[in-house]
Amino acid sequence: MAGYKHLETLRELVTLHGGPGFEHQVRDRIRTAFSEYTTDLRVDTLGNLIGVVAGEGEGPRPRILLSAHMDEIALVVSRIEAGGFLRVVQTGGFDPRTLVGQEVYVHTKEGRYLGIVGSKPPHLTAPEERTKAAPLEELFIDIARPESSVRKLVQIGDRVTLARDVYSLQNDRLAGKSLDNRTSVAIILETLEVLKKLRHTADVYVVASVQEEIGVRGAATVGYGVNPDIAIAIDVTFGDFPGQAADEGFELDGGPAISYGPNLHMKVFRHLTAIADREGIPYQVELSQGPVGADARAFQIARAGIATALVGIPLRYMHTSVETGAYRDIVACGRLLAQYIADVDAATVEDLSCY
Amino acid sequence: MLLKRLSEAMGPSGFEDEIRNVIREEVTPLVQDIRTDVLGNLLVKHGVDKPGPRVMLDAHMDEVGLMIVQVCENGRENGLLKFRALGGIDPRVLVSKPVFIGEARIPGVIGAKPIHLQAASERRKPLAMDQLYIDIGARDAKEARSLVKPGDVAIFATQFGEIGEGAIKGKSFDDRLGCALLIEALRESYDLPLFGAFTVQEEIGLRGAQAAAYGINPDIAIALEGTVCFDVVGAPSHGQSTVMGAGPALTVQDGQTIADRRFLDFMIHVAEKHDIPYQLRRVKGGSNDFGAIHKVRAGVIGGGISVPVRYIHAPAQVASLDDFNNSLLLVKAVLREIEQGGFSL
Repeated sequence: MAGYKHLETLRELVTLHGGPGFEHQVRDRIRTAFSEYTTDLRVDTLGNLIGVVAGEGEGPRPRILLSAHMDEIALVVSRIEAGGFLRVVQTGGFDPRTLVGQEVYVHTKEGRYLGIVGSKPPHLTAPEERTKAAPLEELFIDIARPESSVRKLVQIGDRVTLARDVYSLQNDRLAGKSLDNRTSVAIILETLEVLKKLRHTADVYVVASVQEEIGVRGAATVGYGVNPDIAIAIDVTFGDFPGQAADEGFELDGGPAISYGPNLHMKVFRHLTAIADREGIPYQVELSQGPVGADARAFQIARAGIATALVGIPLRYMHTSVETGAYRDIVACGRLLAQYIADVDAATVEDLSCY
Repeated sequence: MLLKRLSEAMGPSGFEDEIRNVIREEVTPLVQDIRTDVLGNLLVKHGVDKPGPRVMLDAHMDEVGLMIVQVCENGRENGLLKFRALGGIDPRVLVSKPVFIGEARIPGVIGAKPIHLQAASERRKPLAMDQLYIDIGARDAKEARSLVKPGDVAIFATQFGEIGEGAIKGKSFDDRLGCALLIEALRESYDLPLFGAFTVQEEIGLRGAQAAAYGINPDIAIALEGTVCFDVVGAPSHGQSTVMGAGPALTVQDGQTIADRRFLDFMIHVAEKHDIPYQLRRVKGGSNDFGAIHKVRAGVIGGGISVPVRYIHAPAQVASLDDFNNSLLLVKAVLREIEQGGFSL
């Protein structure tokens, strides 16, 4: 289907595993996907994957960064208990209530092992226990091996990620793990696909960044290392759901959310919305009142400051194993970014510093 | 693979059509007679002309599941589905799980408000069933209604597989492991009239078994089960019920049955004689179909043989293949001993 070039790539990406600091498996797959569009690819010291798609004409050309973090929330083994059960701590923000009964992978030196986060059978659960939700410290992972075998295979510090197939829901919506933020990697790919047919003077830096979930760490070195004129962070936002405030939930299939607020450059924001209006691309505006919880937070203050934007698709059930997003929003976002890039020239960049 | 087919089949209490068809296909070549009764129990006969006591082996086909009760229409709920439990499910295991709805297996997910938007105090409180929705990706109620209607049932989308050392994981081991034991036992012939009952509606009160036992009118009955096992870190010994890997569990006393001492001693004797490991189920809570069967007509003697199942009634359950195989050995050995007059009524 037109505009769905990378749906299968995304389905693959969300079944790969890469928590903060161990993104290599995901990075390898993204490298293959990026290499369809550029051979100019490198990996920086922290592990960020950086590619360049050159623009037309003699330099200096505008430099635009499209960045999507590739890490996912994960857990770390903190203790091996009697019986071989594992205790874990966070590396990324899980709601422990969403982990009960969840299948996970424990990634060890020897390979990965399937585990299950235990739950007490209702037959043995007293009514007063049912009113309490266990904190993470009380949860345990069962890899169904005797303690002696567990102690041989698993080390403190081994990472744990969610084991979850990807499900196709109605309306080309996908449900699975790590749609935060592999959907944004798909947006970069769909952008490059559209961009192939457009003329652009800007050099486009495409980045899959590391360690966003524990504090936008990869983005800091990307901002410094690439030093773009315009940095566009691509990251998911909250899909609408009962019980959420009006400004904290965005419609699935309503188009990408374009962020607005002090962290985001006003002229880039206005340019993006103008392009969306011109092209008839649906979009939603997300309001923020301070530094955003995405790579844009680091980009804005890298080096002497970078004009920064934040776009991305709405996702329901964020930070669970059933994150749900609409591929149509990915396609719309890809069209928006490609048309925006084609519209940027040297004058656009010069104007960014004129207040 | 039989265990995979049974585990992944759909069959919440009262909606056992798919699992019944799977089992019917498996057992038809193995038995002399096969029929369904008015409740939907699948009843088979094996060696009906043989002399000896009428022995009934029971395993329930149904599983705990969910029923869609409302297609939401308004505001942010538009197109989401409200549901209730069929059987005993702790709502705390439901969040963040995929499900399949109805015969068409429409995929859906049970989501929650993201952690970023929750107050710390909210995270300590479980999400109640009435705060949860199934999301099939429909844009509105009209679209959702074209695919799902109130009354449709849903099951966990868990795949069966191997895990760890000699263990398996999947949904509905309670009681698809029992169904597998019964099917495997039927592969051999015995010198006695053997009746197999794959029953309905155990999870909502042992209802199918009661009618099945009346219809069969057995002299001896044994319920084959997947039973509670909580031998995990922090669980006190008396609260574990059973230990995974320690062999088939024999019921002493549960919520519905006080074991017949003579038959329990007989099963223990058979296990020891044949060098089959066994354990006694150590909690009073929970029950199995024998709780209904033993009170049918003028009373039935018998007991229960169970495979310990960790995380029972949750989406991903764990059991030991050794326990399963030893349970099968014990079931067959008990039948052989009865056949040879080892147990007098």
